[in-house]
Order: sequence, then structure tokens, then C-alpha cells
Amino acid sequence: MSGSDTFRAEVRQWLEANCPPSMRMPVKTDQDMVWGGSRITFHSADQRLWFERMRDRGWLVPGWPKAYGGGGLEPRELRILEKEMRALGCRQPQYNLGIWMLGPVLLEFGTEPQKLEHLVPMARGEVRWCQGFSEPSAGSDLASLRTAAVRDGEDFVITGQKIWTSHGDKADWMYALVRTDPQAKKQQGISFILLDMKTPGIIVRPLGLISGKSEFCEVFFDAVRVPARHVIGGVNQGWRVAKKLLEHERAAMSTLSSGAAPSFDMLTIAKSYLDAAGPVWRDRVAAALMDQQAFSLTMRRLQELMLAREDASGVSSIMKLVQTEQESAKHELLQQLMGQRALSLDSEGFTPEELAVCRFWLYTKSYTIAGGSSEIQLNIIARHVLGLPT
Amino acid sequence: MTLLLNDEQRLLRDSARDFLATRSPVAALRALRDRGDERGYDPQLWHEIAELGWPAAVLPEAYGGLGVGYKGLGAVFEQIGRTLAATPLLPTVVLGGGLLAEAGSTALRDFWLPKIAAGEALFALALEEAPRHDPTQVTLRAWSEAGHWRLDGDKQFVLDGHIADRMIVVARSSGTAGQQAGLSLFLVDPATPGVQIERTSLVDSRNAARVRFSQVQLDGGALIGAPDQAFAVLDAVLDRARACIAAELLGVITEAFERTVAYLKERVQFDVRIGSFQALQHRAARLHVEIELLRSSVAAALEAMDAAGNEAAELVSVAKARASDLSEKALNEAVQMHGGVGVTDALEIGFFLKRARVLQQTFGDGSYHRDRYARLRGF
Repeated sequence: MSGSDTFRAEVRQWLEANCPPSMRMPVKTDQDMVWGGSRITFHSADQRLWFERMRDRGWLVPGWPKAYGGGGLEPRELRILEKEMRALGCRQPQYNLGIWMLGPVLLEFGTEPQKLEHLVPMARGEVRWCQGFSEPSAGSDLASLRTAAVRDGEDFVITGQKIWTSHGDKADWMYALVRTDPQAKKQQGISFILLDMKTPGIIVRPLGLISGKSEFCEVFFDAVRVPARHVIGGVNQGWRVAKKLLEHERAAMSTLSSGAAPSFDMLTIAKSYLDAAGPVWRDRVAAALMDQQAFSLTMRRLQELMLAREDASGVSSIMKLVQTEQESAKHELLQQLMGQRALSLDSEGFTPEELAVCRFWLYTKSYTIAGGSSEIQLNIIARHVLGLPT
Repeated sequence: MTLLLNDEQRLLRDSARDFLATRSPVAALRALRDRGDERGYDPQLWHEIAELGWPAAVLPEAYGGLGVGYKGLGAVFEQIGRTLAATPLLPTVVLGGGLLAEAGSTALRDFWLPKIAAGEALFALALEEAPRHDPTQVTLRAWSEAGHWRLDGDKQFVLDGHIADRMIVVARSSGTAGQQAGLSLFLVDPATPGVQIERTSLVDSRNAARVRFSQVQLDGGALIGAPDQAFAVLDAVLDRARACIAAELLGVITEAFERTVAYLKERVQFDVRIGSFQALQHRAARLHVEIELLRSSVAAALEAMDAAGNEAAELVSVAKARASDLSEKALNEAVQMHGGVGVTDALEIGFFLKRARVLQQTFGDGSYHRDRYARLRGF
């Protein structure tokens, strides 16, 4: 047996023994997802058990170095673990924006004390993070952000407003972009800073969406004092940190179907509504299933390219765009396939699935806007992959 | 298993690319067309291709096969798509060789496969009868009579039918149109009395034939495989051809797209390069996205031909549907983005448009394969 085979066998054995059967069922509702942080809530004893076992093995963050609480796995081993978890249907033991996005940039740009202070608790699932990037007048043009951070002794004093802050009302800490030099060119006066959401002067207000209540919030800062040691990557050097983080965000949004939202099995639903819908809809369902299959094959090819250390940039550039557009199109299709049945968000007289499809049809409209809109993704492909002129 | 090429397959792809770029660029197809070539392919080129071993790529090793699999042969077809090289590779090797290897008797295999591997015999598959592909719709009749077989009926869109040394004819020996059961395969010498072949030249400057079988009498040994039971092997071999056509389409699409992007970078209007216009950038970027998705789908279909798993037919339909649909979109965009020069015969883009349209209809377009895929997935 090769080293990989031995590792695969060990992983499978450990997962079989330690992942409770109820944690191998598909995620169907919000209650099935555990969000890490100081206010962590478990909806079942198995959820807690699975979380703690994975945490104690360092497998909440299996690819991080052991020094920061991670599992210290090599990329090849990480892929084996992911594959084995998929094969058994293991749920993610916790969800946390910090792990997907902040962690990797801290590992790259953080100082040793910063890494120890923030990565270790994150690896134990003790801190829940939110992202303070977008502002009311800085969406796709993120670098035009205006939230100001003014140096005052050992602190920065922050005043301004963020919007589209996912789970801002539940997060312990925020990583944010702030303007530290209003005179500099817009990308050059920005800093990347970490702040405790309990700091006085912060007000968080949830945002209502077309789909109803959402995890998105507005966050207001009124002279909020944040220690200067929490700046990552140097004062006025925040844009390059942010660009890197956005790459991780795009990657995370490329794998939406692996867990961030309840996922409907299109084929199962389609079968029960197709008879009433007719042959045109059968063709559309087949096309949508083919789209999904082409995407997952492309995900597989991307992983194989990366493992073989071949150039994968042309492929990776498309993943966020394709995944979010397909998720949106899938819910569009299901909503219409259900005809008059998926036209209510909350009424009696509809199945839970019909209500959920209606809600997610509206909710997934945000997928192609958040994390760099589809238009921004197309700009990136046109300029950086195809090399078209500006 | 992997969607990527191994070293041997990569070597084959690179040598195919270099060979075709010098020996059979698009200009060679234009020359065939302009001189109204009778055969529609260049025997000398085919001879050189045989020496390179492509016809042997997927044949069993006992018959001189190379064992590079359909992933290897698919990589060759992709390169063929890039230069539009006119070769008998698909009808002779994938269809003829494939059907003989899967269903032929030992005697048939021993006689024909070495000739196919050496490029010394050309085959054609006489299948289509209606305007749209559907192998269950075959109505050309076959019946046995005093130790002989007789065929009667018409075929069309027989690729390379006018140059083939032998034809494999799909006939209905029982049942009615629309049924899978009742199909049989026959090996037919085009010189047999009652066989009438009429060459039709297609929009892509390649060839297909109409073939009329009038009370054609064949000896008992003409039957390939079991009578009435041909559908399964036919569809499996058609899947290989569909996967190879999807690979060829990928090459056609990629080449036309790369030429278009290059044009967007050089063409100046309103004092700027037109590739700086966001309207064009986004359309080009969308094509890039679709090409990447197609590349994965084609690789998976070819891989499935080598692995012969139970999802093989589904994967082939995904690849052929996407290739057919994208070829329509990508080639229309290529013409449109070239502007006026795009509709001139002097520019080669038109050759890609025409070839793509023929390949789109060969063995099922997007609509056919979505229907088939839905059936395979149980709805």
C-alpha cells in the first residue's frame, strides 16, 4: 500500500468510528448547521460530539499548521479527507467565515503574535467572524470605500458604515477594510484591520431582503477605538490583503452546493412536478442537470490540474461565476416548474419544500451579486485570462 | 482515473498538432473543395496518418492497436477540429473498426482489423434514413431467403459512403420503427448488384452519400453479430463516435474562439482596439466559461469510453449536447465578432462554422441528447 492508501484507510476508519450517523444526513435546514463562535449553539448531542471530535483532532481546519491548532495535513491528504467525508456524507462540523477567508490571509500576511492571537481560537471554533468590506457607495467598486480610521496614539478611531455584513449580528469579531489615508490613490490608502464587535460605538442592524429575513446586516461605526496592532499586512497595505481574501471568497462561493445553503435535489423534485409541466420542461430539466454535471466534472478537473501542478488559472477563474449562476438558475427552474405551488413564502396550504423553493429562488438572486458580481467575474476573465485590452 | 492526459496521450496530441499544422492546415480543405476533388480526402495524407498509427490507436492490441484509448484518440480528434483535416478516421476506425471489433466473427476481425489499422481499408456506416438522428427509427428491411439475406431500402448521410471499401448497414430484420429490438448489422460490398451510391457534398466541403439498396442479395456470412440484437452494440459504438465528435467540436470551437480573441486584440475602430469594449469582453468571457465546461465534459466522456462504466452513455450525451449547442453559439459569435470580414470566403472562420454545423447534426444534436439523457436518468 502506498502512503496515500494507508492514510485513506486511516481516515475512513476514523470517520466511520467518530462521525455519528445523524451527522451523515444531508443538511436540510438552518438547524442542521453549526456556526462556531462564543455563542455556539448545538441543536443535538450528536452535533456537539461531532464538533468536539473534529476540533480535538485539529480537523475544523485540517490544512492549517499544527502550531496554530490545525491538522497539519498536506494538500494531498486534505483532498483525501474531503473525499472521504463526501463519500460518507459527513456534514461540516461547523461553519465559519473566518476559517474560509480570514485564516488563509492571516497565515500569509499575519505576524507571529497576530497568528497566535487569532488563528488558535479560530481553529477551536471559539470565534465567529464577519466581513466588513462593502459600503452603501462601495459595492463592485470596493476600493472607493470611505469608512475612516484615524490614528490616535496606540489606536485607530473608526467612523463610517458597512453593509451586506453576513451574520454581523452574531459575529464576535470582524475583519474590515478602512481608509487610513484619504489623500492617497484609492487602492493605496486602505488598511485591513481586525476588530472586536463588542467594542463601544458599534451598532448592527439586520437587513430585510426580497426573500424575507436574512443574515445580511448593516454595521455602523461611531468613533470606535481599535488597537493599531490589529492591522494586518501593514498600514495602507490592506488592498493586497483584501484581493487575496477575495480570491478565497470566490473559491468558497465555488462550492456553495457543498453546504452553505440547503440544497434541493433537482431530479427528485422534477420527477414529481414534470407530469403536469410537459415536454419543454423535461428538456429544460435535462439541460440544467447537464449543467450541474459539467460543473462538477470541471471541479474535478480543476483539482486534478492543481494536484498535477499544472496551470489551473483559466479554469479556476470561472468557478464562482458558474456555481452562483447555476444555483440561481436551478432555483429559478424549480420555482417555475412548481407552477402555482411555489408562489408563497409563508402561507398555509403549501408544502415546506414549496415554501423553501420560493424563498431560495429569491435568496439565490444574491449569489450572483455577492463576492464580486457576475459582471466583475467576467471583467476578470476578459482581462486576466483572455488578455483583452482595457 | 483522471480527466487529464497521461504522458503517452500528451505525446500523441502534440505530434498530431504539429503534423496537422504543417500537412493539413485549413488551406488543404479549401484546396480539396476548390478543385472539386472526387474523393473528398487526400489519400497521401491518409497514408501518412496511418504511418503515424492513428487508425490503430483504439484497436485491440492483437490487431496492432496502440492502446492509447479514446482519451488518446479524442486528443487527436480535437487537433483535427483545429485544422479541419479531412480524413476517414471516424467512419473507418471508430465506426467500422469498432463494430467489427465488438460484434464481428473471429474471421471478420482477423481479416479486416489489420487492414483498418494499416489504413488500407475504408469503411462507412449506413444508418440514417430520416432528417434527424435516431437509430431506433431504422426501416430499411432485411429478411432471409433460402440461405441468403436480402436488403431493401434507402440510406442517407452515409459519411464517406462514396469511397468506402465496405459498408456496414443497419437494417430492420423485425419489429417496427421506434423499437430498439429488431435491428441487424450487415457487411456489404458496395459493388454488390442492387447497391446504388450517390455522392452528396455537404456544406462543410466533406462528403456523405445516399445509398439505395434494391433487393440486394447477400450471402449468409454478411450478418455481423446476432440478428435483431444489434441496437446495444450499435449504440455503444455510436457513443464512441459521439465522444470523438464532441472532441472534434471542442477543437473547432477552441480554434475559432482563439482566432476571434486575437482579432479583438488587433482590430481598431473608433481609435481603440475593439477588445476593450465591455460588451465584447463579456461575450468573449462567457465563451471561455462554456469552453472550460465543455472541455471537462468531453474529457469525462472519453474517459468513460475507456473505463466503460455504467454512466458512460449519460456522460457522452452531456458532452455531445454541450458540444453541439456551444458550437452553434461560439461559431455564430466568431462570425459576428469578426464583422464584415467574418462572412467572406477569404477568411477561414466560415469553414469552422460549416464544419461545426455538420458535426452538430452527426449522431444527435443537443435536443436529441437531452431527450436521451432524460430517459437514462429516469424521467
